[in-house]
Amino acid sequence: MAPSSGRRAPSAAELEERNTVGIRKEIVTNTVSDDYPDNYANEEHAWDKEDFRRTFKVQFHQNDQFEAQFSLIGVDASIANAFRRIMIADIPSLAIETVFVNNNTSVIQDEVLAHRLGLIPFTGGKKGLRDFMGFWRKPGPEEDAYATTFDTNTVSLKLAAKCTRNKDAPRDSRDPKVLYDNAHIYARDIVFEPLGGQAKWFSGEDTIRPVNPDILIVKMRPGQEIDIEMHMHKGYGWDHAKYSPVATASYRLMPKITILQPILGADAEKFANCFVPGVIGLERVTRQEAKTKGSGYEGHEGELKAVVKDAMRDTVSREVLRHPEFEGKVKLGRRKDHFIFSIESAGQWDSDELFMESVKTLKKKCGILRPQVTNMVQTF
Amino acid sequence: MPSATKTRDSSAEDANMEDITPPSAQPVVDSQEGGDPMEEDGEDNELGEEEEEEEPQRVRILPGSTSTAASFEFLKEGHTLGNALRYIIMKNPDVEFCAYAIPHPSEDKMNLRIQTYDTTTATAALEKGLQDLEDLCDVVSEEFWTQRENFMAAKH
Repeated sequence: MAPSSGRRAPSAAELEERNTVGIRKEIVTNTVSDDYPDNYANEEHAWDKEDFRRTFKVQFHQNDQFEAQFSLIGVDASIANAFRRIMIADIPSLAIETVFVNNNTSVIQDEVLAHRLGLIPFTGGKKGLRDFMGFWRKPGPEEDAYATTFDTNTVSLKLAAKCTRNKDAPRDSRDPKVLYDNAHIYARDIVFEPLGGQAKWFSGEDTIRPVNPDILIVKMRPGQEIDIEMHMHKGYGWDHAKYSPVATASYRLMPKITILQPILGADAEKFANCFVPGVIGLERVTRQEAKTKGSGYEGHEGELKAVVKDAMRDTVSREVLRHPEFEGKVKLGRRKDHFIFSIESAGQWDSDELFMESVKTLKKKCGILRPQVTNMVQTF
Repeated sequence: MPSATKTRDSSAEDANMEDITPPSAQPVVDSQEGGDPMEEDGEDNELGEEEEEEEPQRVRILPGSTSTAASFEFLKEGHTLGNALRYIIMKNPDVEFCAYAIPHPSEDKMNLRIQTYDTTTATAALEKGLQDLEDLCDVVSEEFWTQRENFMAAKH
């Protein structure tokens, strides 16, 4: 506990100041977390679940199936970052792992083709992907190459196509897609071949399929052909980015723009142009404001003034700090505990589901380690 | 499995590719050290039906530790848990010092140092940290889900 110093509880203004990362022309200030016991006299700052429940807030901005934006308010960067990292690297998904090239006479080399195939995002019945499908294990040196390959851990795909001349093509045509059949091979041409019990989980709209059918895999010319079989396995983003269930998962801190002195007329317009459209609004100075002594608006009734409309949209480019006329009139910052998350799913999970899964995963990590710590051999 | 590939001598080539990792200064606890990353996570067995197999021990206390000042070594953990755990342990008023490090990027290890006042022990502080982090996760998922439901209801 902090020694008593007779210091009073911090004012709202001081708390606000502590919670703001200052952004000046060339430097940033107050970037470090300080909410630890003993950091401020007479302040607790110990972990308390109920305190956290009261102060922690979530705000949704967008929640589409594959794209979500929301704010976590009242957490530390280390926690927000853990969730972000887990979404990228610790949530499993299914991707092409092995490519068997029976024939490939296209201009793309086997290994390049295999790499392209690996990066194609696939989706399928959620229940089957989560519950039925498990992890494939590499067979031991003595084991058969397929000793560990089952319908519960491997999805088989086929891609076979041969490019031929289109006899019915118009004589004057120059478009390869018209002149030849199978000139372009797309992700939609990959055929899923259900093994064993997979038919039950992955049929109809639950079938294993590329998220975007229009991904171009290879271009061919008459006489060229590819004949490929693929095995998909479940894996983690820490092993290879193709297993990452998110296209992007990132956060940024909430921008904060404080106008310290009135910015009026032509200056106000220039001021607004220093920011992304929509961040700064222009309003007319009201009679009330013009009457108030010391407001800086005296005698400016009806003129345009700059107001902060939507700080969240700002990119904090610091453009405004380059202009001498705004010096001392504006302060830029970011809220230290306000994380605007943006999650874009690659297609196997819903975006909000991904965040829930990341929280679950962090909890599971702790749950597995806690008994291990308790049972740890104390050797010192 | 594909008949055309069945006959191929599959992994002989790969088996010899294994790099010899430089010996660690610390005795190896986990037998899976240096193994294939896909062999990971005993709990994720291939049938996915059986409940979790026994987890391999992934924490140990490092030599030179005392009851109030200890270093812990976590296998297969990184910045994700390291920094989160460090934060929550630092919020414990009985803890004087807490920090984490990843001694070498190519070794999948994370070290955590805890020094406490006499009111508790380092191991107890670590256990409390893990418990607090679990509690935090509960609060986050509850709030997230309520707000999600509110948002979706407001949209329709």
